[in-house]
Amino acid sequence: MAMRRQLRERLSRRGGIVYCAIIYGILFLPIAVIVANSFNATDTKPYMTWKGFTFAWYSKLFSDRALLASFGNTMVLAIATTVIATVMGTIVAVGMYRYRFRGKGVIDALLYIPVVIPEIVMGISLLVLFTSIQLPQGMLSLVIAHVTFCLPFVIFNVRARLDGYDQSLEEASMDLGANKLETFFRVTLPMLAPGIAGGALLSFTLSIDDVVVSFFVNGQTMTYPLKVWQSIKSGVAPDVNALSTLILAGTVLLVVLTQSKLVPGIVAKLRNRRAHVLRARVSADESPVHQKEEL
Amino acid sequence: MKLNSHEFRSNTLPAAITVIPAVAWLAFFVAIPLVYVLVMSFCSLDEYYNVAFQFTLGNYADLLDPNYVQIYAQSIVIAALSTAICLALGYPFAYLISRTFGEHKVILYMLVIIPFWTNSLIRIYGWRTFLGASGFLNAALVGLHLVDSPVDFLFNQAATVLGMTYDLFPFMVLPLYTAIEKLDEAQIEASHDLGAHGLSTLFKVVVPQTVSGIFSGCIMVFIPSLGAFYISDILGGGNSDVIGNLIQRQFQSGNNWPLGAALSIILIAITLILVKIYQSTGGDMESLGV
Repeated sequence: MAMRRQLRERLSRRGGIVYCAIIYGILFLPIAVIVANSFNATDTKPYMTWKGFTFAWYSKLFSDRALLASFGNTMVLAIATTVIATVMGTIVAVGMYRYRFRGKGVIDALLYIPVVIPEIVMGISLLVLFTSIQLPQGMLSLVIAHVTFCLPFVIFNVRARLDGYDQSLEEASMDLGANKLETFFRVTLPMLAPGIAGGALLSFTLSIDDVVVSFFVNGQTMTYPLKVWQSIKSGVAPDVNALSTLILAGTVLLVVLTQSKLVPGIVAKLRNRRAHVLRARVSADESPVHQKEEL
Repeated sequence: MKLNSHEFRSNTLPAAITVIPAVAWLAFFVAIPLVYVLVMSFCSLDEYYNVAFQFTLGNYADLLDPNYVQIYAQSIVIAALSTAICLALGYPFAYLISRTFGEHKVILYMLVIIPFWTNSLIRIYGWRTFLGASGFLNAALVGLHLVDSPVDFLFNQAATVLGMTYDLFPFMVLPLYTAIEKLDEAQIEASHDLGAHGLSTLFKVVVPQTVSGIFSGCIMVFIPSLGAFYISDILGGGNSDVIGNLIQRQFQSGNNWPLGAALSIILIAITLILVKIYQSTGGDMESLGV
């Protein structure tokens, strides 16, 4: 009985591993295609047939001024968006949490709109607004649009952090003679930091990836995703693949570097967990099941 | 309300200073534009194709054009199929990464997020490069003599459904992951101990406790796939337009903005109805989103 159960568990675990591997394979497949194609020595449209290995697209990339300029625009846009959305979102989240006033429900409703409505509706509604107030379309309209769809995410992130927040620490700070501003910068802000950082990171990610909203409000300003869209329409030149590959490599590197403190932490945590699980199994008077089978 | 100077300084004033900028922003760039779209959907076009503020229901009448109705139906079918496939593939996947292989869940979760870091257009284009007539898959199939001539994988509804499913899959997995992670292990064990076999435990214990995650995942996939015009454009090649394609075309230069506005109102209406259903089943708005 116990043996049959063990066998079944082992089999279903194997099946689970295979299943997950297939899903991850599919998730990463198009990225692998892009990376491979960035080294593809083909020079005829539609640039899909494999013709051997080359670095030519990478050197061509650095002479493609329009593509590099679009990448620069995307970075400026993402940084401006992140700063504005994060500052404004943090302040309002704290304000809504701390002070009493009417209409919080209305504000919540306003916040959910950009989250749930399809991006295209947001794009065209801002296009209609900008046209009617005759705001020149370009970087400014892009920043406004991006801040608008990032703001709710910053607020939700900071708010989630505020939910488990211990107000007595602020009171203690005031009792010990700090004024309101000092308390905010030295007590409140550090406690909210993970929520703020999460909101900022999300804003940055949403902004650099946005196609749909930017598509309607960019005027003559090209962002990197819009440049990609243009290239796809005319059959992507593999230097777009090269830039995408570099961006992916850069992001992975950045995350590994910034999280390098985190990684050992995660490993330690996992090790503790495993020890804990093992102990639980031993004390349950059952032989530990198939540690080797774990991924 | 009596004006109380202490109340004013300690609550009203700081509340106003902290809350008004963001609220004004949202009012001006979210609420007003949507009202504007609603107004525009009742406007007409003058002889130069400019928007004229003359009331008409003509745009809504135009929405009933059989060609359009066919595209709404197609768009809803594509969205429903994408949602169903995402759920069918995503539920067991979310269960596996959050519980069965729970000791590695941080890393497994990150691996779902990482593809997000590559622009979604580029990833959809990667599929086109993979599936195209001269793409990698056909090259392999022909090379292995499995087929004589390249197979047309692209430019049909199936390709669009694939693209939508792929692009929105994480939006299904993440809420499911959160819901499944919160499951009470003791209940599952109790169900097993009381003699229930796997499937009946799944449908009587596990699924009912994760209904909220299922609903929010479905909404997060269904609604965007009605509007994601670039996916049907790149992979469907005009043979599988969704409502988003119709709207995008009307807002291209020199086209019919009021008609596009009316189409957008339809999309907003569908969204509101789905969100209402979601809320009435006890869904929490904050668990929508990324």
